[in-house]
Amino acid sequence: MQLSGIIPPRFRSDRRQGRLPARWHVGNRQLLQAISLAVVACVMIPVAYLVIGAVGAGQDGVDYLLRTRTILIVSNSLALMLATTFLATLIAIPFAWLTGRCDLPARQVFLALGLAAMVIPSYLTAVTFSEAFGPKGLLQSLLEPLGVDRLPNIKGFVGATLTLTFVTFPYVVLPARAALLQADRALEEAGHSLGLNRWQVFRQITLPQLRPALSAGMLMTALYCLSDFGAVAVMRFNAFTRAIFIQTESFRMDKASVLGLVLIALTMLLLLLQSRLHSNGRHYRIGTGASRELQTVQLGRLKLPGVLFCAAVIFMGVAVPLLVLFKWLAGHMITSPIHVPLDTLAQNTVGVSAASALVVSAAALPLALLAARASSRFDRWLVKLAYAGNVLPGIVIALALVFFASQHMLSLYQTLPLLILGYAIRFLPYSIGATESALEQINPRFEESARSLGLTARESLLRITVPLARAGILAGLALVFLNVMKELPITLILRPIGFRTFATRIWSAYDEAFLSSIALPGLALILVSASVLFVILRQEKTAP
Amino acid sequence: MSATRITLFSLGVLLVALAGAPALADDEPVLTVYSGRNESLIGPILAQFSEDTGIAVEILYGGTSAVANQILTEGENSPADVFIAQDGGALGALAAADMLQALPEATLSRVLDAAFVSPAGLWVGLSGRARVLVYNPELLDEMGLELPGSILDLTADKWRGLVGWAPTNASFVANVTAMRVLLGDCDAEDWLAAMIANDAQAYPKNTPIVQAVINGEIPVGLVNHYYLYRFLAEDPEITATLHFFPGGDVGSLINIAGAAILQSSDRQDLALQLVDYLLSDSAQAYFAAKTYEYPLVTSVDPSVDLPALADIEAPEIDLSDLDDLQGTLEMIENSGALD
Repeated sequence: MQLSGIIPPRFRSDRRQGRLPARWHVGNRQLLQAISLAVVACVMIPVAYLVIGAVGAGQDGVDYLLRTRTILIVSNSLALMLATTFLATLIAIPFAWLTGRCDLPARQVFLALGLAAMVIPSYLTAVTFSEAFGPKGLLQSLLEPLGVDRLPNIKGFVGATLTLTFVTFPYVVLPARAALLQADRALEEAGHSLGLNRWQVFRQITLPQLRPALSAGMLMTALYCLSDFGAVAVMRFNAFTRAIFIQTESFRMDKASVLGLVLIALTMLLLLLQSRLHSNGRHYRIGTGASRELQTVQLGRLKLPGVLFCAAVIFMGVAVPLLVLFKWLAGHMITSPIHVPLDTLAQNTVGVSAASALVVSAAALPLALLAARASSRFDRWLVKLAYAGNVLPGIVIALALVFFASQHMLSLYQTLPLLILGYAIRFLPYSIGATESALEQINPRFEESARSLGLTARESLLRITVPLARAGILAGLALVFLNVMKELPITLILRPIGFRTFATRIWSAYDEAFLSSIALPGLALILVSASVLFVILRQEKTAP
Repeated sequence: MSATRITLFSLGVLLVALAGAPALADDEPVLTVYSGRNESLIGPILAQFSEDTGIAVEILYGGTSAVANQILTEGENSPADVFIAQDGGALGALAAADMLQALPEATLSRVLDAAFVSPAGLWVGLSGRARVLVYNPELLDEMGLELPGSILDLTADKWRGLVGWAPTNASFVANVTAMRVLLGDCDAEDWLAAMIANDAQAYPKNTPIVQAVINGEIPVGLVNHYYLYRFLAEDPEITATLHFFPGGDVGSLINIAGAAILQSSDRQDLALQLVDYLLSDSAQAYFAAKTYEYPLVTSVDPSVDLPALADIEAPEIDLSDLDDLQGTLEMIENSGALD
């Protein structure tokens, strides 16, 4: 099972570096550039507006930036990011190894259940963790007979870290697993023959081969932590996104802009660091002969602990949220007097996600073509800028757009197109990435042949290139759909008045403490997301 | 082949989306309400209004301070016709920015107590609410604590980490504004700092505070009086109780939820129709019976066993003096209560 496609290609370590020689064979290049430029201009609106907002704040903005409180927010966010990335990796390595390389019973089932944690949005995990591990939560009621009267409050750093660890660990498992499966058996055998024990082989041979994959997964996790809003808001941990939300909610745009720019700078710094640190050592095979089947590691006496470990990870990441949701579904606590039919929520959620996925895929195609087939510096810059969504957290995009529309684009203010624009900016990289990697696998000779056989550039694009890249385009479509569906801050801030989705319903029910009213939309959201993920995985599996 | 399956799936999704589209694109003229009150409190009566009058209402929900700030930012362009707030101060802030339309005498005179109406006739109270300390008597007993005589006593060491509050909630913000007006900015600032130093437990809203007190996570919390009754209606066994600070203490502030019409609205008639509807006997009875607030028209009585509004030893204060919303919000932010 090849699962690495879930991760946007920019974060994959196995991205091909070289470019094919430049002869343009597909579509009208100037037209593609013009469309791409328009898309990139839209993507740049938030950044431009933040700069304007922050500059407009002038000296006040500088003062605000240099307050001890702002510096505290920076260190909070960094601490959360470091702790979560460390813990997620600590969990993900053994999980990937056990389910990928060892004779664990039903390891595919363990793997699938572990990865299912990805479809549970961070805010749901956070809300259910507060219920499960709160001072008077489920865990406490289990411990009651032992005389445990109350547990310490997990709100704050502990709760946010715990939540994000179990939300993000699959992002490390995926690349780690892919790398483990590609590892060279000969190296491990050599290690064994030189007298290393199992642990030494893992530490000295297997782990170093994982390094590029791990660094990609850890980067994903770190970026997720910096941009996540739901978990830190629910856990009341004063990280960047929560601070920005508080300012945005009160329409204090200058301060929100200052915070937003700092967050973007922080994210870009992280990307820069990662590309600098990225080891240039060799991790590929240099021996002659074919790479052989990997040997399954016999766990022996360690089998039971291995099973228990994987079960515990799945219990935390998937079972606890589901158990709490089912408990709320069955429980009789105060429910919201506002009844919103589930099918309205489903229709809105699926409708806006599908519309966004289509818009994003359409916008991504010209950029992906430029990325895969172009060589000019201008083209490369366009593509780079289009990836801005990777460093723009949802809350930052939302704040810039709401500011922009309320002041200058009133006809867009509180409308669906603005909401979809917000999603598009955020998730465009996912679609470009998926499409680009599909295009890169098409041999340009096909397009050349088509041209030499008399097809125009446009015809060769529509009849040769796009059909061949179909799988990648559709994977991008599904990936955007999946992410839009559970997106929270953009939805909360940019949605039209009265427009409700699963995410906003869960949020408002949480906000007013109508916990029972979280259960149904929560479970429905998980169900729909899981089905989409299942489709993506099936596609990955059967792809040529 | 799997790509076909995905194509089919996307087509299905698209169909559902198209089916949903007509519901989204509806161009009928509607009344736009910006509500700083929770949907669960005001949503049902607004739906009833639509049903009774045939006037469609679109409602934006948010925190009262946030929504007031949003209207101030939108200015002339605001889509809002009516602003419903859970704090006289937020209404006062919009009045001070000269954004509100004066209401006719017939509307204003429905509310008998002049304290609950804007002196300039720019906003009108819809229901009354008292600030209280909700407490868990068993937990308090267990901890050997006695109820405080004043909100200012909660900074004492024995309350360390035990008091729940909602620093972003508009009713709380109004309470701090009242402190500024009655005791001065310095004392208000000191109280906030002392509460934070005393590890007051921050919650996003009132309801979770009441829930936490009922669950025994904290013994006491600063909230509005009516939240507890919603829990009691579900489960009469709950032992949590309300404490009204005595002797005109600033902690017993009586505030209003109120409504105003925006000057920029081009649907003044419909807007007024809504405000009048909310002051009608049936709507007032709704507030009494469903949100457990004090009705403000004489013909309707509170529905639960509450001390009469006049019997609460509330501080003497003019609600329209609570209009420095921005000042209080900044004071709260600078105190570090939101961190």
